[in-house]
Amino acid sequence: MAADKVDPIHQFHINKLIPIEIGGFDLSFTNSALFMVATVIVASAFLVLTTSSRGLIPSRLQSVSEMSYEFVASMLRDAAGTQGMRFFPFVFSIFMFVLVANLLGMFPYFFTVTSHIIVTFALAMLVIGTVVIYGFMKHGLGFLKLFVPSGVPVVLMPLVVAIEVISFLSRPVSLSVRLFANMLAGHITLKVFAGFVVSLSALGLTGVAGAVLPLLMAVAITALEFLVAFLQAYVFAVLTCMYLNDAIHPGH
Amino acid sequence: MFVTYAFAQESNHADGESAAEGVTHTETGVPHEGGHEATFPPFDPATYPSQILWLAVTFGLFYLFMKRVALPRISGTLEIRRDRVAQDLDQAARMKEEADEAIAAYEQELAQARNKAGGIGQEARDAAKAEADAERAEVEGKLDEQLAKSEARIGAIKAEAMKDVGTIAEDTAAAIVEQLVGKATKADIAAAVKSVSQ
Repeated sequence: MAADKVDPIHQFHINKLIPIEIGGFDLSFTNSALFMVATVIVASAFLVLTTSSRGLIPSRLQSVSEMSYEFVASMLRDAAGTQGMRFFPFVFSIFMFVLVANLLGMFPYFFTVTSHIIVTFALAMLVIGTVVIYGFMKHGLGFLKLFVPSGVPVVLMPLVVAIEVISFLSRPVSLSVRLFANMLAGHITLKVFAGFVVSLSALGLTGVAGAVLPLLMAVAITALEFLVAFLQAYVFAVLTCMYLNDAIHPGH
Repeated sequence: MFVTYAFAQESNHADGESAAEGVTHTETGVPHEGGHEATFPPFDPATYPSQILWLAVTFGLFYLFMKRVALPRISGTLEIRRDRVAQDLDQAARMKEEADEAIAAYEQELAQARNKAGGIGQEARDAAKAEADAERAEVEGKLDEQLAKSEARIGAIKAEAMKDVGTIAEDTAAAIVEQLVGKATKADIAAAVKSVSQ
């Protein structure tokens, strides 16, 4: 079991808590699902409980909720204009969900929901799906102007259109991989350094002295990971806003 | 370690669940067993349906909750605060206006009072001057009167004295004439004195 503790991949394992199987699909309630529920509960409870007094002069926690509201609102307004504000609940939910999931993952022994590519990819597809569906609903075929930048010579048009299409198709991939890879790499690094501390300490006095360095590293990386947890949620939300802007204003 | 984990779970399922489940699990389990190398968990497709389902459920509920409950509440609070601040600013502006008005009114009153005070001072000065003038006039009148009286008296005395002078001159002249030439008639002497004194 000593080897288990140092295994940096162990933390990403999905364990079934309540096995559910429907139509040949494994839909079990897993630790991942548990932490999705926890994310939702923590985020909802924080937002509702801190704002329950509806104080004219906000308490500290209330102003945290209000700041997150205004932060996302101004992000969306800057990127997509006032018309984009119809997507505000969507963007806010994504931002809060990713942020809280990332932060919960920072607790030792907690599962990081966003360290699984399928979760980030599903969120990215939700964003792109919203963009495509809303774009076609609002502009019909005019939405395809997104791929035809104005002012490009006719000769170059096929090439430019091809590039635009490829860049559009790569969006969900880059969006999901960015978040997934950041969370995964961060947690693995953290675990590896923490593992060094444990295995070096087992070597005796010299080992304990040598373990100071990886310990300091682990502390520093923990701080960095908190930054990354926030930053990646922010990046995800900002890109969502920019993609939604394309759906609202497809002409460049 | 992961392999043992997966096995533990599989054996659990094989015990309790249907045969169909057992099959799907064996499929994913095979590479674990064969390669003696665990699939990297995030790339294990067997977990995808469950993760997608639970993500859909939790995120869907979260979205609805945000849209229906949390965000309206926060935006309501923010709006109330914005209104309140605007209202307070309005009130402050109104109060400032009132204060300005009050200051203007006060200054006007002050100016009026100053004018009035000036007026009263002027009046008092005028009255005093008039009184002084009247008194002086009275005194001057009295003095004039006394002067006139005195002049009249002096005149009377002078006239009387002049009359006496005539008689004295006549007497003296008669005495002188008598001494020099003898007798002179009284009428001649009076005529002579009269011609000299005129």
